[in-house]
Amino acid sequence: MSEQHVTSEQHLAPEVPKADETARVEAEAGETRRSRRPSILRGAAGRNLGLVVALVAICAVGVITAGDRFASVDNLLTILRLASIIGVLSIGMTFVIIGGGIDLSVGSVLGLSSVWASTLATQTLAANTHWIVMVLCALAVGLGAGLINGLLVAYGKVVAFIATLAMMVAARGLAEMISNRRTQIVTVRGFLDFFRGDFLGVPTLVWIFAVVAVAGWVLLNRTTFGRRTIAVGGNPEAARLAGIKVRRHTMYLYALAGLAAGIGGAMMLGRTTAGSSTNGQLYELDAIAAVVVGGTLLAGGRGTIVGTVFGVLIFTTLSNVFTQNNLSISAQAVAKGVIIVVAVLLQQRFAERSRAGT
Amino acid sequence: MVNEDRTGDGHVPPDARHRPEAADEQPDTGALLLAMRGIQKWFPGARALDGVDLEIRAGEVHCLLGQNGAGKSTLIKVLAGAHQPDAGEILLDGRPVTIPDPVAGLRLGIATIYQELDVVDGLTVAENVFLGHEPARGGFSQRRATTARTRELLRRLGHGDLSPHREVGRLSAAGKQIVSLARALSHDARVIVMDEPSAVLDSEEVVNLFRVVRELTAQGVAVVYISHRLEEIRQIGDRITVVKDGRTVASGLAASTPTDELIRLMTGRSVEYAIPRRPAVRDDAPVLLDVRGLTLRGAFRDVSFRVRGGEVLGLAGLVGSGRSEVLETVFGARRATAGSVEVAGELVRPGSVPHAVAAGIGLCPEERKSQGLLLDEPLFRNVTLSTFTRAARAGFLDEGAERREADAQVRALDVRPADVERPARALSGGNQQKVLLARWLARGCRVLLLDEPTRGVDVGARAEIYALIARLAAEGAAVVVVSSEIGEVLGLSDRVLVLSEGRAVHEGPATGIDEHRVLDLVMEGSAA
Repeated sequence: MSEQHVTSEQHLAPEVPKADETARVEAEAGETRRSRRPSILRGAAGRNLGLVVALVAICAVGVITAGDRFASVDNLLTILRLASIIGVLSIGMTFVIIGGGIDLSVGSVLGLSSVWASTLATQTLAANTHWIVMVLCALAVGLGAGLINGLLVAYGKVVAFIATLAMMVAARGLAEMISNRRTQIVTVRGFLDFFRGDFLGVPTLVWIFAVVAVAGWVLLNRTTFGRRTIAVGGNPEAARLAGIKVRRHTMYLYALAGLAAGIGGAMMLGRTTAGSSTNGQLYELDAIAAVVVGGTLLAGGRGTIVGTVFGVLIFTTLSNVFTQNNLSISAQAVAKGVIIVVAVLLQQRFAERSRAGT
Repeated sequence: MVNEDRTGDGHVPPDARHRPEAADEQPDTGALLLAMRGIQKWFPGARALDGVDLEIRAGEVHCLLGQNGAGKSTLIKVLAGAHQPDAGEILLDGRPVTIPDPVAGLRLGIATIYQELDVVDGLTVAENVFLGHEPARGGFSQRRATTARTRELLRRLGHGDLSPHREVGRLSAAGKQIVSLARALSHDARVIVMDEPSAVLDSEEVVNLFRVVRELTAQGVAVVYISHRLEEIRQIGDRITVVKDGRTVASGLAASTPTDELIRLMTGRSVEYAIPRRPAVRDDAPVLLDVRGLTLRGAFRDVSFRVRGGEVLGLAGLVGSGRSEVLETVFGARRATAGSVEVAGELVRPGSVPHAVAAGIGLCPEERKSQGLLLDEPLFRNVTLSTFTRAARAGFLDEGAERREADAQVRALDVRPADVERPARALSGGNQQKVLLARWLARGCRVLLLDEPTRGVDVGARAEIYALIARLAAEGAAVVVVSSEIGEVLGLSDRVLVLSEGRAVHEGPATGIDEHRVLDLVMEGSAA
């Protein structure tokens, strides 16, 4: 299995530069001719240089202030494990936002799917539910909620903010109804073994995040689905007049975000062993923050999976550094707010500069 | 570019007869208040204004006439201070002024009332009128003074009955216009620019608006009135300036100038079209596009035409005649109320763009940037926007194949620079147009619908677009061209279909008709 790990890296390395050619080309438009194969600095790393610098800076602060408590393999895995659930949500959110929308419901849908799946396992009728059924249940609930969002936005022409706000409220309420506001502890052996286990020393949750991120990257940069996403978000009218089924694609994007929330629900259920209607509260905001900090335009049409992954890691690492130094959650929140504003200000600066260059 | 000469050849250039100096022949309506001289404005890849002159006298209604894209909006934005001119000067009372921003414009007494009325719906009439300069003392707004002054301004506009306390959101478009006008007066405006004010009004409201405009001019305010409804201009205008392609082609004309003369000035040729000759269409060429009884409620009705392979059909008509709507309906971007579209004998499902594209129809829309291009994406992705699925295998993109395809098209159409990695934003209008054509050629479309293919395209690139259209036809494509320039339509087409107010009033060979006859037909159609 170590082979698999290696191949996935080999797969990533040479192709990453292409993914960000859009941004690269724009940033350099009007300047000299570019080579088709950019150097490492011009590729993903260069594009996301600011994010890399930010992450390295946070890590440096962590090493300086917390020393070995921060710079240990255990702590690294802790950070990644904490990042995994928001990470999966953020990948789905990236697609919705690039497609020109927003999904406020992913946190609630995560809660609903975790409750639904745990209910399956705790009902007496289904005492011996196989754990795979629970997982499929969580995914189906997420996908279903996402489809409803998509139908409302794409075909009902409800503003995305409103449609998903309604889903956010309603899904949370439904989760409370199903669980009677009780926390449902999952004891299904297979389920806990899988989600709480690890593989090659890396927690399963982190593996899931990695797989989702790579799948998301491939989907966005290497498939017709990804191209449609960029076209629909970048200029819906041009996409429509080029023969792309804009509404249908918009629906798929919300379904995808819902599916990601369903995956997150199963992961949450595994991590906490508890299906609770309060699971995933405010996660939608963390996901949106990570996507935006990662360089995706809220207006749609442009964004990267790599940036989103960095955005998630920056926030999680920051939390970890604060926790290691016994600083309060409140202080973390303030720091998060500052990071969001600074990131967006910098992006606007870059965007203006590249416009001026053309 | 074959011929850039604006004065040569047999077509009497309009500006020979109506040089700006001709204004002096007109009866003086007042002292010269504002003059714009040689105003130029460039945008990346396009020249929006190329030497505009405008002279406005106190107390006159000065009509600014021109087609969409002629440069009217850019001109008034320069006047309002929203755009800075790249060359030329603005004189107010004979003294040169600069208008760095809209607030400075207001301070100089120049107020602009845009088509999208900039009133705040949630505030009252009085609050809107004094928005941004409320009478206040020590930070407390003086509501009574505001109300009283608003009432006075409304009275000046002949609308003393409108309550200053009314919420603006509850007013009709006409009422909101009055509020905007009152706001302009509250700034002591001496020049009020109105951008197509009648577009949102019904006929009764227009009459009322004219009464208000007359009240203003009687008080010495100059009104710059923009519209393309010639009837209105005849009713309200004192003098007329016509702009075309970013230039003043006639200035200070009398309002009594004959309509056909005005239309000719708006649509006439400013350059000799370098349109290559093509062999006549063979009678046995297959009919590629067959449109029968096509109707779109509220836009046009019962339009029928057939286009053979190798043939160019021109749709002529004024703005609002339904030209663009016909193309969009054929393409399925709008769902026809009635009628059918067949491509090479196969019925096309109505209201479905994907189906129309699959049948081999391609539309290059009027608004390239907002309707056609992904401006931040590289050229090749713009070219392959309707073919990337075809190049893909099992849903996975083949960008190498896309680049090759795009590169071949870009070279064949001579897009410059021929760099498929460049973002579409960086290209000039003409090259952006070629990219849209390339998209449909890559798709193998045999029916091409071109809406204003030379809008915003500079003179040199126009000749290239003409050559390209001729070549596509020669290669067997059926082409339908819409253009505001009647000369262009006639020059490009084998046959013309003249549209007036949503009806086809004439169809025939392009050689058997001239600009005058087309204009007559258009006019007869609108009179009927």
